Amino acid sequence: MLNTVMLIAMFLLSISLLLTLYRIIKGPTVHDRILALDSIGYIVIGIVAALSIYLDSHAYLETILLIGILAFLSTIALSRYMERGVVIGRKRGD
Amino acid sequence: MIEWIVAILVLFGTAMSLLSAFGLLRLPDVYNRAHATTKSATLGILSILLGAFIYFFFTHGVSSIRMLLGIVFVFLTAPVAGHLIIRSAHRYGSPLAPISVQDDLTAFHTQQALEEDKVRPVEAES
Repeated sequence: MLNTVMLIAMFLLSISLLLTLYRIIKGPTVHDRILALDSIGYIVIGIVAALSIYLDSHAYLETILLIGILAFLSTIALSRYMERGVVIGRKRGD
Repeated sequence: MIEWIVAILVLFGTAMSLLSAFGLLRLPDVYNRAHATTKSATLGILSILLGAFIYFFFTHGVSSIRMLLGIVFVFLTAPVAGHLIIRSAHRYGSPLAPISVQDDLTAFHTQQALEEDKVRPVEAES
């Protein structure tokens, strides 16, 4: 039973991945694309969790933390670059 | 019993994630899309990860500390990332949807900039 549920979950998550990819290609502004990239990171985390239940192996669970950290750092870097032109700046206070 | 709980948690998370993807596709501007994406993606992914953690805890006896760390990390950083994207979008000047009625933050930012200029007229820009 659980295998079928995980297959259905991975199928639906892949559909949401495709919808998010449409927003990346079409998105009118840059921040739409950054938002969609952030969302893609979280959807990939969900797909990895469902895949690890489907394969009945806990060897993939480290990947979740890794993808989470990478998605968060890339989002921070992109939004800071779009905000003030540098990624690591010296100006403090905001 | 554990299988049913895991299946319900994972299907709920999948449904929330699919709803957030539809919201990202259908809503009119950046701010509404962030509203759809951040809340639903966080709740959905958290429930999927909780289902995976419950499954591996009750069937294999594995309580992976990295899994718990990943859950806490996603729970802490997803709202921060959404807030940073939207602050960057507003300062960059992304347009609001035509059906928006009020924007108080632009007035607040201009007033704040004027006060900063009054207090500190000359400062080296980094």
